[in-house]
Amino acid sequence: MSILRAALLTLAATPALANDPVVLVQSTTSTQNSGLYAHILPVASEALGLDIRVVAVGTGQALGNAQRCDGDMLITHARAAEEAFVAAGYGTARHDLMYNDFVIVGPSDDPAGVAGADSATEALSRIAAAESPFASRGDDSGTHQKELNLWDGIADVAAASGGWYRETGSGMGATLNLAVGMGAYTLTDRATWLAFENRGDHVILNQGDPALFNQYGVIPVNPAHCPNVNAEGARAFTDWLLEDGQAVIAGFMLDGEQLFFPNAGD
Amino acid sequence: MPDPTPRVIPFQPPRPADPPALRIEGLCLSRSGAALLNGVEMTLSPGGVTALLGPNGAGKSLLLRVIAGLIAPDAGRVIVPRAMQGRIGLVLQRPVLLRRSVAANLRHALALARVPRRHRAPRVGELLALGNLEALADRPARRLSGGEQQRLAIIRALAANPLLLMLDEPTAHLDPQATHAIEALVARVTEGGTKVILVTHDTGQVQRLADEVAFLHQGRCHEIAGKSAFLTHPESAAARAYLTGKLLL
Amino acid sequence: MPTLSDSFLTALGLIVSGDADLIEIVALSLRVSLTAVLLAALIGLPLGAVLAVVRFPGRGLLIVVVNALMGLPPVVVGLVVYLTFSASGPLGVLEFLYTPAAMIVAQTVLVTPIIAALARSTLADLLGEYDETLRVLGANRFDVVATLLWDGRFSLATALLAGLGRALAEVGAVMLVGGNIDHVTRVMTTAIALETSRGALPLALGLGIVLLLITLVLNAVVLGVRNRMEAHAHA
Ligand SMILES: Nc1ncnc2c1ncn2[C@@H]1O[C@H](COP(=O)(O)OP(=O)(O)OP(=O)(O)O)[C@@H](O)[C@H]1O
Ligand SMILES: [Mg+2]
Repeated sequence: MSILRAALLTLAATPALANDPVVLVQSTTSTQNSGLYAHILPVASEALGLDIRVVAVGTGQALGNAQRCDGDMLITHARAAEEAFVAAGYGTARHDLMYNDFVIVGPSDDPAGVAGADSATEALSRIAAAESPFASRGDDSGTHQKELNLWDGIADVAAASGGWYRETGSGMGATLNLAVGMGAYTLTDRATWLAFENRGDHVILNQGDPALFNQYGVIPVNPAHCPNVNAEGARAFTDWLLEDGQAVIAGFMLDGEQLFFPNAGD
Repeated sequence: MPDPTPRVIPFQPPRPADPPALRIEGLCLSRSGAALLNGVEMTLSPGGVTALLGPNGAGKSLLLRVIAGLIAPDAGRVIVPRAMQGRIGLVLQRPVLLRRSVAANLRHALALARVPRRHRAPRVGELLALGNLEALADRPARRLSGGEQQRLAIIRALAANPLLLMLDEPTAHLDPQATHAIEALVARVTEGGTKVILVTHDTGQVQRLADEVAFLHQGRCHEIAGKSAFLTHPESAAARAYLTGKLLL
Repeated sequence: MPTLSDSFLTALGLIVSGDADLIEIVALSLRVSLTAVLLAALIGLPLGAVLAVVRFPGRGLLIVVVNALMGLPPVVVGLVVYLTFSASGPLGVLEFLYTPAAMIVAQTVLVTPIIAALARSTLADLLGEYDETLRVLGANRFDVVATLLWDGRFSLATALLAGLGRALAEVGAVMLVGGNIDHVTRVMTTAIALETSRGALPLALGLGIVLLLITLVLNAVVLGVRNRMEAHAHA
């Protein structure tokens, strides 16, 4: 086994950036798809002497992977699930990192009349009433959890699933591609939407409701639960994100728009 | 894959007197209800060429396969003189050459015969000379002409110095010159002391090469006799009919 | 919707510019998939040959299983390999997860049944032709396996190409066990998946065209070399 391992490692030698210690971040996809990591990681790696690697999956999968100790820290956006993760002893602590907001996007001809709604719940009510197609992530991601909270008390989406309510079971990008393709409404975080290139004639139809607030959190994985983790590296990167990194996050722009708003100090 | 080793089928304890010649006793073989070999009995002369004659479908090729140990008979046995055991060569009716060069085919046969590596190259040279194939040593074997392929198949069968060489219609599709080359080769092989069984439909070839003739018809040996005796006064009715072209199948 | 011509232009631009990230991604794709095919060949070719030559109890069942495994969904293989190499899994100590090593293992698992099954059927046909000849010449089973593998090598090259095609094309397994980490485990297919999820469809399709071209070139090279060698050495 050890010979096999040595042979495989030689053949598969990672193109190491340097021999810096590796910090592996289990992350939500919006931060990766928007290009945030490409913006901040070079700065952080340089400052900390760390080889920071990001595995971008849905928040649900990220939490699961971290719980199996396959990551040193988490950047996710589902507060309740994150707090449960820490409470269960899998993470050392959860910190607010930054926020942006969710928006409801849909076809510009807006068959359900969502644009005139003065709240997110009103917008969703109109979609449900019109039974206009709505694409849901359906993947236990942060966005999916937020969406389910919003539907609560408006419509029984579980019953409508397969009808006007379509669960894609995939990431935000795939869901957006599908929503654009079939003219469906969907809920997306603003960063992914702004970075998304295949918008077709979809536009933002509803935004600004405080209920659409989207908070990102950062959690170092607990070395007491996972002795194999690089706790020191995770600690260092977390501290950097909460301090020096805040300005770097604020400086990430796409087409002149700021995508993430740091709020670690709040 | 069935085990290729048994040359005596079924295996017999050593017999008190080792027979000087190949003997076949009561050989029977059926496939899907049809008796293909139906009690073949014959004793071959110890040396020289035995021609195996018989109409299409008589069972000649099957008999050679059974003697070579490729097929186990349902009943009866093939008794091979001890010296001959493990030293039997067979050239099939449609020889299969490997997808390699002429020389590589011979090297492969020598390797299978467990000839030590250092002896192989000189032996390949000898065999090529014997088959008059030196000029074609490096050519792909399967690109040779029909006659060249037959010669290669024969010298390949000779690689391990067999004491019994069985040739199944080696000249069936060859022109007179190629036929002559193969007949000359067979003559040289018998001079070296190797017993040859030759399946052929060519009575001229029997005349030129054979010492004795065995006549097979419907899975049974009807007659085995000296060449001249067989060609001039065949004893069995079937052989007579066959020789005059009147055999009803 | 991106037009195909957009994508072709993107592909052309990527190739002509010699984009460093693209080269890195292509190199990793090739390294991972070629290594996986090599390992799969070391396992699959002898396995296929033994299945073709040796009769043993359970052989028929094993052949059915190997053939069925050709259809293994990559994501299932990825999941099994992920759980195996997860820090909390049985082989977590190897620290393969999220490295090219895990991707190689996953693709080896995917490709081995293809190579074994195709090799078995190729060699079974060849055995039908060679069997009596080899037995008369005194071959044992080992000799038969060795002879078939050597004489069948040109046909087996096709089996290896089929395996390579599957390895280069699959995304489900490498995504799960490699994590699509930039500069570490990002390969052609995971990059395509990422660009698709970013809605950058022309770029995604452009990368797809590059992948197709690479596969085309690989096939042309292997088949070309094969045909040359076959024409020279054998027939
Ligand atoms: N494996 C088999 N299963 C069933 N029948 C077979 C098998 N092999 C041979 N036979 C039959 O056995 C008979 C004898 O075949 P064989 O090849 O020995 O004929 P032969 O005497 O060599 O004829 P030919 O002169 O045409 O070569 C034929 O009728 C053939 O169809
Ligand atoms: Mg015949």
